[in-house]
Amino acid sequence: MATIAVPQNLVYERPASFTDAPTHYCPGCTHGVAHRLIAEILDEMNLTSRTVGVAPVGCAVFAYNYFATDFVEAPHGRAPAMATGLKRVMPDSIVFTYQGDGDLASIGTGEIVHAAARGENITVIFINNANFGMTGGQMAPTTLPGMKTTSSPNGRDVETQGYPIRMAEMLATLEGSGYIVRRSLHDPKNIRLAKKAIRIAFEVQVRGLGFSMVELLSTCPSNWNLTPVESLKFVEEKMIPYYPLGDYKVSPAISAAKL
Amino acid sequence: MARELWEGNQAIAEAAIRSGLEAYFGYPITPQNEILEWMSRRMPELGRAFVQAEAELGAINMVYGAACAGARVMTSSSSPGISLMQEGLSYIAGTEIPMLLINVMRGGPGLGNIAPSQGDYNQICKGGGHGDYHPLVLAPASVQEAVDLVPVAFDLAEKYLTIACVLLDGSIGQMMEPVELPPMREVKRKEFPWATSGAKDRARHVLTSIYLEPNDEEKTNLRLLRRWQEIQAKEIRFKEYYLDQAEVVVIGFGTAGRIALSAVRAARAQGIQVGLFRPVTVSPFPHERVAEIAAQAKALLVVEMNSGQMLEDVRLAVNGRIPIEFYGRLGGVVPFPDEILSEIQRVSKKTPQMVDDPAKAWLKRMDAAIK
Repeated sequence: MATIAVPQNLVYERPASFTDAPTHYCPGCTHGVAHRLIAEILDEMNLTSRTVGVAPVGCAVFAYNYFATDFVEAPHGRAPAMATGLKRVMPDSIVFTYQGDGDLASIGTGEIVHAAARGENITVIFINNANFGMTGGQMAPTTLPGMKTTSSPNGRDVETQGYPIRMAEMLATLEGSGYIVRRSLHDPKNIRLAKKAIRIAFEVQVRGLGFSMVELLSTCPSNWNLTPVESLKFVEEKMIPYYPLGDYKVSPAISAAKL
Repeated sequence: MARELWEGNQAIAEAAIRSGLEAYFGYPITPQNEILEWMSRRMPELGRAFVQAEAELGAINMVYGAACAGARVMTSSSSPGISLMQEGLSYIAGTEIPMLLINVMRGGPGLGNIAPSQGDYNQICKGGGHGDYHPLVLAPASVQEAVDLVPVAFDLAEKYLTIACVLLDGSIGQMMEPVELPPMREVKRKEFPWATSGAKDRARHVLTSIYLEPNDEEKTNLRLLRRWQEIQAKEIRFKEYYLDQAEVVVIGFGTAGRIALSAVRAARAQGIQVGLFRPVTVSPFPHERVAEIAAQAKALLVVEMNSGQMLEDVRLAVNGRIPIEFYGRLGGVVPFPDEILSEIQRVSKKTPQMVDDPAKAWLKRMDAAIK
């Protein structure tokens, strides 16, 4: 006879803010971790029924399959503009975007910069895995110097292909930004820290304290041609030195709120 | 309500506000800036949403977001700005949600100029963005007609879950005319069964334009097509002037149609049997009515402020039954009534002849006239 856990002993279950869709992400990809953290926060803050998510173009284009919230699917890079439209006509709703680095740091730089500059009261979850995942691993603005991708086969040459963009640092310079931090998903400790940051980002929005973004350093084993474990190591050893973890902007109002 | 003197762009903006507009998103571009400026003052004072976006790309996607929420929403722009909005317009069409676009055309292509033009007829009437879809396009010829069409366009957009566009040019946008504005109606969000307003006490709503399975995309395209066919069957609008026993019928929309009316009146005063047909819906185009007119008249004269873009629709409707002549001015040049009167006189005097391409014959005459 199988033993059935009695409810009070449950220590881990599927978040209610998730649908029962099975994942389509590659083995070892941290998108699933990021999705789960968001769903757990929506559960814990009891936000599911008032939340509208905005999916990007990229691997997370089907993010709407996983969340039990209302969802819209934006054109490539335009999620912050769509989120602005949603939030401005539904100020009591919770609106978040989920964007990759091709979406946010390449084609969508105009939208993200100006949403932050306006202090738009939305939450952005930014997945930085240093390449265009869905289209097959091309160079992204976040691709590290020397890193090989399908469109930088000899390694990113900064002389001709430019330098990686540190989005969190860049957006933190804007007066309108409220809460801008970078976390990583490469080990349990950092995942817990990432969850805490996502919680604060949503709290910022609930309290109307302005624009919040959590950049999450993530893995892409399939396109990096690494095993899942090697990918986690790559994040720790190669990405974090270029993209240091930290709090880049915490506005005085958010500091005062002691979230 | 009393008639007051209003500038076209401002009157259109105020008409939209009085029609229950909840949110406006835009970006400055001449000759429609007065819409953005009017909204920037009026919307906040009424507690409604207004954002001057970072670009037309941002503006149209803010419209997209607000439309997903089920809000009555609009933007406005002019030719180069409309080009930038095509991406968002295609997504909005593919998501099957309503919005209003005010499209104030100027001379092009490229940066062109800020003078009145009808050079973007094909762009807006034939889709513009990628994929199989048709915006519903209404073309007023006066400030009053523009004001009257704004609430109509909102209602049609929401009825058919489509993009509705009021298409005008810089002259209607910036001229002042006496108009009667509609009374202020209260803002009341419709309970759309698809709106992404938060999944409280209902199943969640997902709005997207992605259908990875081709069979699903085909079904979506067919759904759009059937809705379009219903619009074609029920929503055709046009104005007719002096068509009774008219041997020559002038066809023109918007400003060109309005100027042509002056020419037609002058020609009538000279005893020429001429009338005017002015499409108000240019998309869908009144093909059937034009075919009926072609069965009565001896010749048609199409007048446009472009190189003959609507002319193609007229030719399709007439299908070679009677001769068609064309007269166009381009690049922001507005024809004088006298020019069109000369064309009416020329067409009415000669025995109308069938030509392969009316625009070619016109171009020869233009070459001789413009040195």
